[in-house]
Amino acid sequence: MAMLEVQDLHVAFPRGKRDEVEALRGVNLHLEKGERLGVVGESGAGKSMLAFAILNLIADPGRVSGGRVMFHGENLLDLSERGIRGIRGNRISMIFQDPMVTLNPVLTIGTQMIETLKAHRKISDAEARKLCIERLKQVAIPSAESRMDAYPHELSGGLRQRVVIAIALLTDPELIIADEPTTALDVTIQAEIMALILKLCRENDVALILITHDLGVVAEVTERIMIMYAGLCVEEGRTQDIINAPRHPYTAGLLKALPQKAGRGQRLYQIPGSMPPITALPPGCAYNPRCEFAADRCRATIPPLAGGVACFHPLQEEEAAS
Amino acid sequence: MTQPIVETRGLEMRFALPTHFLSREKPVLHALNGVDVSIQPGESFCVVGESGCGKTTLGRAIMGLLAPSAGEILFRDQRIDTMDERMRKPIRAEMQMVFQNPYASLNPRRNVFDTLAEPIRHLLPDTPAAEVREQVESVLAATGCDPSWQRRLPHEFSGGQRQRIAIARALVTNPAFIVADEPISALDVSIQAQILNLLTDLQADRGLTYLFITHDLSVVEHFGSRVAVMYLGQVMELAETQAIFAQPKHPYTRLLLEAIPKLEGGSFDKPRTPGELPDPVNLPVGCPFAPRCPLADARCRAERPKLRTLANGTQAACHHTE
Ligand SMILES: Nc1ncnc2c1ncn2[C@@H]1O[C@H](COP(=O)(O)OP(=O)(O)OP(=O)(O)O)[C@@H](O)[C@H]1O
Ligand SMILES: Nc1ncnc2c1ncn2[C@@H]1O[C@H](COP(=O)(O)OP(=O)(O)OP(=O)(O)O)[C@@H](O)[C@H]1O
Ligand SMILES: [Mg+2]
Ligand SMILES: [Mg+2]
Repeated sequence: MAMLEVQDLHVAFPRGKRDEVEALRGVNLHLEKGERLGVVGESGAGKSMLAFAILNLIADPGRVSGGRVMFHGENLLDLSERGIRGIRGNRISMIFQDPMVTLNPVLTIGTQMIETLKAHRKISDAEARKLCIERLKQVAIPSAESRMDAYPHELSGGLRQRVVIAIALLTDPELIIADEPTTALDVTIQAEIMALILKLCRENDVALILITHDLGVVAEVTERIMIMYAGLCVEEGRTQDIINAPRHPYTAGLLKALPQKAGRGQRLYQIPGSMPPITALPPGCAYNPRCEFAADRCRATIPPLAGGVACFHPLQEEEAAS
Repeated sequence: MTQPIVETRGLEMRFALPTHFLSREKPVLHALNGVDVSIQPGESFCVVGESGCGKTTLGRAIMGLLAPSAGEILFRDQRIDTMDERMRKPIRAEMQMVFQNPYASLNPRRNVFDTLAEPIRHLLPDTPAAEVREQVESVLAATGCDPSWQRRLPHEFSGGQRQRIAIARALVTNPAFIVADEPISALDVSIQAQILNLLTDLQADRGLTYLFITHDLSVVEHFGSRVAVMYLGQVMELAETQAIFAQPKHPYTRLLLEAIPKLEGGSFDKPRTPGELPDPVNLPVGCPFAPRCPLADARCRAERPKLRTLANGTQAACHHTE
């Protein structure tokens, strides 16, 4: 049994009085213990919705309109609020793009860490404090003891994100879901934070779902990738396989368009058009208006995910490698 | 070298910060600390560096949107920073800027035609109405915007379309020089290539000179002719793009290059110690990079290195490089 098995997950938002639009249109995902998965896609593809839905955190007016989230064989969507609290922030931790989603501005770092820990563990204050300092050291925060008394605003953006990682690790989670954890940070700080997440996941056998739009970051950190487009997974597989030989025309286009793929001053490969909003999806494959291989069938039927790719005309290996 | 189109000499920019109510001190933020750059006609001069290093401030100072605290700015050998506004107006038509966020840079209540006509009406008021119309239509065509967009408002367009409109607006007065401040950072990966290609094509057609601000080194490698690496308001290294990637001379440049995530992986494998940017209010006496630099010694902490030309033609501000 996989640690996490997401089956046919749907998320919907109301449109008008009676109608709904779907932000997730049936997503499947499976993750083994200690495995690192990258979820890639452009803005609005549904990456954050997927993360929130896994933890049953979709806020009104949105709702999970179908599917299951099996965590060790138990559907998280069926749990009581109390039941899910035992999992969220405990066995599954989250790291968001903005560290201030996690951090409370009026509490010291130490207070919030100790509170988090005591919410999930029977532990004395002194022991909790010791463990918190240990975690801060683990994420390479200089002078960890004195940082316990600091307020979030007294730390730089990079240090705050390190504190968030330390909090995410406090309860020894089995899975960390990180939604664009370094997008707001500078490249050198991004490298520090991602190197840290990678090291900690490897050392502690923690599984990771890393949401990002940066193919380079995914390539560095994950073992498998899932490419999302307009609320669906369009391609899924081993990271290096997909990067070396993408099968879906969208994935291939994204990779070919990277500036490192063209000589200096040369025009880049470009995908025409842009991703449609979920309120105006074309019939059939959502990518068909931008796809050079689109045929009548693509404009009529949504291609199912089969053999790792949701496409009626997937690229063959020779084509993909070129 | 030919006559530069834009040049800065010893450019400094200081911002007075609000005084703390208990303190007599007037804190001053040093955003630019003696910047010398000289931009040749027809080149794509890139400025890279981390958040807060002064990239936007440099662009805004050159555009005359900020008055420098010290130093000189020249356009075709003419001092422009001290010029009175009447003299400067026709030069403003020759220098235009594209901003990072196409959602914020377009007036939401102004339709596309008026957005584009405004710079001509303001900077070249003698232009007859028929010519304004002609000019607007011609830049719309040149930037891949549909003529039917003219009566529509910004909210009706996607991010990529808005950035095309913003580029069209920058071109409408027929400038020779464009400051592009992170023009693709807010756009989706699949759209970034479209905009970079547009900028490349426009440069070929119109002989434009770009000052291209970015934090993404893979874009620099593709797009730039020369590049200035900034840190805390100073140029640390200035070189031909190829030279910077093949033989980075400044330790900070090397740190930046090592931080780039790569499709083949390997950049995030070794843990890094957190580096913090020094405070631009209390600048260190010596080299601003010394607190993070593996090569720093007593001299670096005491004496600020000047930008000097090395054997390969690269300019670097470091006591330890040759
Ligand atoms: N409150 C809401 N009402 C209606 N639609 C919504 C709402 N919140 C999100 N959506 C839609 O759900 C879709 C998926 O959004 P999601 O936030 O998951 O995208 P994402 O892939 O995380 O994008 P980004 O890279 O910008 O974070 C989007 O099309 C968005 O417009
Ligand atoms: N009007 C202002 N008043 C006070 N400080 C300012 C002002 N404008 C900029 N600064 C400060 O000057 C420094 C340089 O800012 P600038 O916006 O030029 O950086 P940047 O390199 O463009 O950064 P980013 O990559 O985040 O856009 C920063 O410390 C910033 O806070
Ligand atoms: Mg998101
Ligand atoms: Mg800026």
